[in-house]
Amino acid sequence: MAGRQQTHIPISSITTLPKLAGTVALVGPPNSGKSTLFNQLTGLRQKTANYPGVTVEKKAGRLRADKVLLEAIDLPGIYSLSPDSIDEQITLDVLLGRRADTPRPDSLLAVLDVTRIQQGMYLLRQLLDLNIPLLVALTMTDAGQRRGLRIDCEALSERLGGVPIIPVVATTGENLEQLRIALGAIFDTVESKREHSWPALRDAAQAVLNKAENSKQIDLSEIERALVDQQSILATELQQQIGESAVRELILQRRKLFDSAPALAQEARYGHAWAGQQLQGLIDEHQGLSHIGHKIIAFIQQPVPAMLLFFVVMFLVFQAVFAWATPLMDGIDTAISSLGLWVQTLLPPGLINSLIVDGIIAGVGSVLIFLPQIMILFLFIIVLEDSGYLARSAFLMDRAMRALGMSGQSVIPLVASFACAVPAIMSTRVIATPRERLATILATPFITCSARLPIYALLIGAFVPATRYVGFSLQGMVLFGLYLLGIVGAGVTALIVNKLLSKGERSGFAMSLPDFRLPNFRTVTMQLLDRVRVFLRRAGRVIFAVTVIVWALAYFPRSEAIDTTGLSGVDIEELENQQAANQLENSFLGRAGKFVEPAFKPLGWDWKVSAAVIAGFPAREIMVAVLGTIYAVGDDADEHTLAQRLTETTWPDGRLVFNLPMVVGLLVFYALCLQCASTIAVMRRETNGWRWPIIAWVYMTGLGYFSALLIFQLFS
Amino acid sequence: MTLADLRTGECAVITQIDTNDQTVLRLMVLGMVEGVTVQQGKAALGGDPLEVHVSGCSLSIRCEQARRFSVKP
Ligand SMILES: Nc1nc2c(ncn2[C@@H]2O[C@H](COP(=O)(O)OP(=O)(O)O)[C@@H](O)[C@H]2O)c(=O)[nH]1
Repeated sequence: MAGRQQTHIPISSITTLPKLAGTVALVGPPNSGKSTLFNQLTGLRQKTANYPGVTVEKKAGRLRADKVLLEAIDLPGIYSLSPDSIDEQITLDVLLGRRADTPRPDSLLAVLDVTRIQQGMYLLRQLLDLNIPLLVALTMTDAGQRRGLRIDCEALSERLGGVPIIPVVATTGENLEQLRIALGAIFDTVESKREHSWPALRDAAQAVLNKAENSKQIDLSEIERALVDQQSILATELQQQIGESAVRELILQRRKLFDSAPALAQEARYGHAWAGQQLQGLIDEHQGLSHIGHKIIAFIQQPVPAMLLFFVVMFLVFQAVFAWATPLMDGIDTAISSLGLWVQTLLPPGLINSLIVDGIIAGVGSVLIFLPQIMILFLFIIVLEDSGYLARSAFLMDRAMRALGMSGQSVIPLVASFACAVPAIMSTRVIATPRERLATILATPFITCSARLPIYALLIGAFVPATRYVGFSLQGMVLFGLYLLGIVGAGVTALIVNKLLSKGERSGFAMSLPDFRLPNFRTVTMQLLDRVRVFLRRAGRVIFAVTVIVWALAYFPRSEAIDTTGLSGVDIEELENQQAANQLENSFLGRAGKFVEPAFKPLGWDWKVSAAVIAGFPAREIMVAVLGTIYAVGDDADEHTLAQRLTETTWPDGRLVFNLPMVVGLLVFYALCLQCASTIAVMRRETNGWRWPIIAWVYMTGLGYFSALLIFQLFS
Repeated sequence: MTLADLRTGECAVITQIDTNDQTVLRLMVLGMVEGVTVQQGKAALGGDPLEVHVSGCSLSIRCEQARRFSVKP
């Protein structure tokens, strides 16, 4: 994925031309405020890319630190240097300088949450032992204060050998200036001697290093990690590098140090004892103020209220999708139609006119209209995530999810796939048990993603009356029903996978539960804008390209124009409309559509719908764009909206194409079918092969087809 | 007595850990080590997993793992 390149320097600093002093990596446990701090420090001067070979986001940017600039990177969150997932592995590899694409950072900014200082100190010990210049930013100090928690930073800094510790509030930017000043001096404080926190481990590593063949290229820290994490990728790789006698020494030292107990358990004991010692007497925790907010939070954290809240909020969101978004959508709709009309009068009639008006404006426009609805949905998901609700529902739902053969941690990908299944499938990596992970991967594509929303909204808006029952819109309820259908599909699928695959492996589930907190406006806005950018980029590239192709297929070959001399105005219009329809039917697209029509006729679809559905297999929202183009090419009256055009479509014998059973069938087809090339690609990568994506595609497409067939045949 | 036997709101000190479980090791990294005081929180729907408060954080622990932590009130 191409990154956004934004490296302009603010005007104010151009005059002084600060120089680049080195790199700094932000490291810290998940949810410690790393991204927030990174955004505050770098502002818009950042770019996002992927680490080559893995789909983990790499965020980098320039930050102004007092008088110099630093190149900052935001590393995936870690609790310790023993990696459990690909993301954590990347952080470890970067910190040890083991990634070719990212040089070892010159300095570290440890971002630690003051309310979880014990956990933070555990990581800090390991970071300090890496012997890289380091600075601590203590975040969430506002939350700490509210709880009545205070830490003596100066004394702690002294105990740690002079490591600067700066308390900040990442969300408001409080004390950030002091952090910048400290960052500016980060390379000056290196020389102060820091003792290793675990001399026995360092000695053991040194003994191994002395026997290593290419000892120059190996860092002591790498051997330390290999001593503790025996099964890790690092240990395996290192053993191949250091030569036989060093490997023997490694095994010997490991036995000497840890005896028969698991090394990781020993390290956990040592590390937490160390952290406790450093903090001893420096924490002042008196009862914080308990206000009404805490009571509400304590209430909704309980299982039953939390579940109820989830469904109420979700129900309201679907109401909002129609109620709030409609005025905005009407606005966009009007703007697009008038743009089309304006361009139409501006250009002479013919090829270019049709390409721009019927192809691009009608096609891309019909997808863009749904931006407001998609934004409401994204807002909901982002708030769920940012408030800590998502992590809590992973905990609450663990039992229920296990009954379906998944794990509590499956909740996070499943909710994420309301936005898009691709990042959702990637986030299943946190699920440690392969069987549960596979069940989750196969279940996620059923969840209604944002690309399904345009077609739902189009069909519901056109065919479900906008009536209200006890104040709730019927359209919103139908939409809610379709979302429920997706959830049921996901559950049943997971259950089937679970029945088919052998059991036997033990599953584990351990996670840190963040507290509920009010989402931060800035964080939410930044994330929302990011999602909007991705949506627009897609509309600008993939959908644009496909609409142009579909328009060309619908426009060519041209048939002869009919001679209209001597006919009255009404007749001419009638004739022209008929000619447009004939033209479309004889186009390449029309012929292809007619060819596949028999397969979809039992579902009640005419060739136009069939062609649009087929075109939608690479990415479902293309279907709406294709419908937009087909109906624009086949209709001379450009003031009609797509929804109007759909309601007026008839079979040659005059029956309506879009009757109720057909529309319901089409909606259900959409809910169940796997029409997304990106999902298939990511499934292949995450399951290491074509087997599961092919099974999923056949299963879901078949399910969608036969459900639509059944509905249409039974009810028409 | 194990962690799984504690009632909601009850505090106890971890005395011994059966480390023969990958997830237990992860919990130890998160702060569940011998000598630490833990407080039992509310269980999730169906009584499993449990929420355990330890040194300022909340952790989610399944009963299966909770039974591997011996505690003394
Ligand atoms: N009250 C408070 N909230 C913060 C602070 N820093 C971050 N947050 C919030 O904590 C949550 C997690 O922050 P984020 O930057 O995403 O953490 P990351 O996972 O470490 O990148 C977000 O909801 C932030 O708005 C802070 O200093 N004070």
